[in-house]
Amino acid sequence: MKIDRRKFIKFTGLTTVGLAGTPIVRALTGEDSLLTPAKPAPSLDNPLTAKRWAMVIDLRKCISKEGCTACIDACHLTHNVPDFGNPKDEVKWIWKESFEHAFQEQEHEYIDEKLKNAPTLVFCNHCDNPPCVRVCPTQATWKREKDGVVMMDWHRCIGCRYCVVACPYGSRSFNWRNPRPFIKKLQPDFPTRSRGVVEKCTFCEERLARGLMPACVEACPEKALVFGDLENPESEVRELLKNNYTIRRKPALGTQPEIYYII
Amino acid sequence: MYDAGKIIIGLIVFLIIITFPVWYNVAMGNATYFPQLEYPADAEQCVADSAYIRASHMDLLNTWRDQVVRQGIRIYHAPDGREFEMSLSNTCMKCHNNKEEFCDKCHNYLAVDPYCWDCHIEPKELVP
Repeated sequence: MKIDRRKFIKFTGLTTVGLAGTPIVRALTGEDSLLTPAKPAPSLDNPLTAKRWAMVIDLRKCISKEGCTACIDACHLTHNVPDFGNPKDEVKWIWKESFEHAFQEQEHEYIDEKLKNAPTLVFCNHCDNPPCVRVCPTQATWKREKDGVVMMDWHRCIGCRYCVVACPYGSRSFNWRNPRPFIKKLQPDFPTRSRGVVEKCTFCEERLARGLMPACVEACPEKALVFGDLENPESEVRELLKNNYTIRRKPALGTQPEIYYII
Repeated sequence: MYDAGKIIIGLIVFLIIITFPVWYNVAMGNATYFPQLEYPADAEQCVADSAYIRASHMDLLNTWRDQVVRQGIRIYHAPDGREFEMSLSNTCMKCHNNKEEFCDKCHNYLAVDPYCWDCHIEPKELVP
């Protein structure tokens, strides 16, 4: 059989179309899982519970992975945290602060060079004695008695920002503008906030209820964040606290923060 | 009475103008209008009796909100024994996934403007 140039081009063209078409047909007929299958929602039957949730951050591990923002990205994606793109309006649940700012009491002139400019992971300390809760006039923020999580009820927040002033750690952000248009990717199972509402980290209480670890803990590639029950002597956090020297942010204020740092 | 004719005619004109919306709607056949909602095709029964839901869904949602957020109770035990997660976005709107044809129809008709969706996400918003 003689194949001229015209026939050859026709033939190769048809073959290419055929190859490219197969996955499309498959996707349309639902034969193949080219379309991502819906993830089954984790059940509410096995929640994670504790008497006192706390977190230990191994700063050595955290610092060792330079420029890593896995936990921040995971948290902000999970909770529909907006990115306004300017520090004036910034809303943040978890972020990095230089060591000397995060731990003002620890800072001195000849501090370890590695630590001096180390980006330190900070977020809500879920204090045992939370000043934000004391000042809230509507009880929109309160400490949950059963596990010590400092909760937020965004339905009830009137935006007075007393808590923002009271918090000595800067853990609370105010929505000066409507955050909706500034959320890159909406997560359907978590609400956004509206303008005039304060928000902060909630220790992922909605994930704990489904038996999942907090998003930041799950996302950390170095396993530098350890979350657990402070009241349980067998827990991993207690094990770490027993065997390492740990510090907390601004302990002198008497807020009893529950985020511990191994430095 | 002076100028009785003018006053009576004026009153009649006034009454006609003030009741115009009523006449207009009767004339246009809108007097018996009732919003026609689009019900989910694949679900038989809402979490409770339809009459109760129609009249008191806002109370139910308020109770759900308080129980979930403030007490950490997340499972709703329906009167008929079924169990549901108490969630507007994850339970209600999974079946009633067309807010415009369901929620909005009645809310607009009654001129109420609930702010649920200022924060909670309706399924349509997720379609890019």
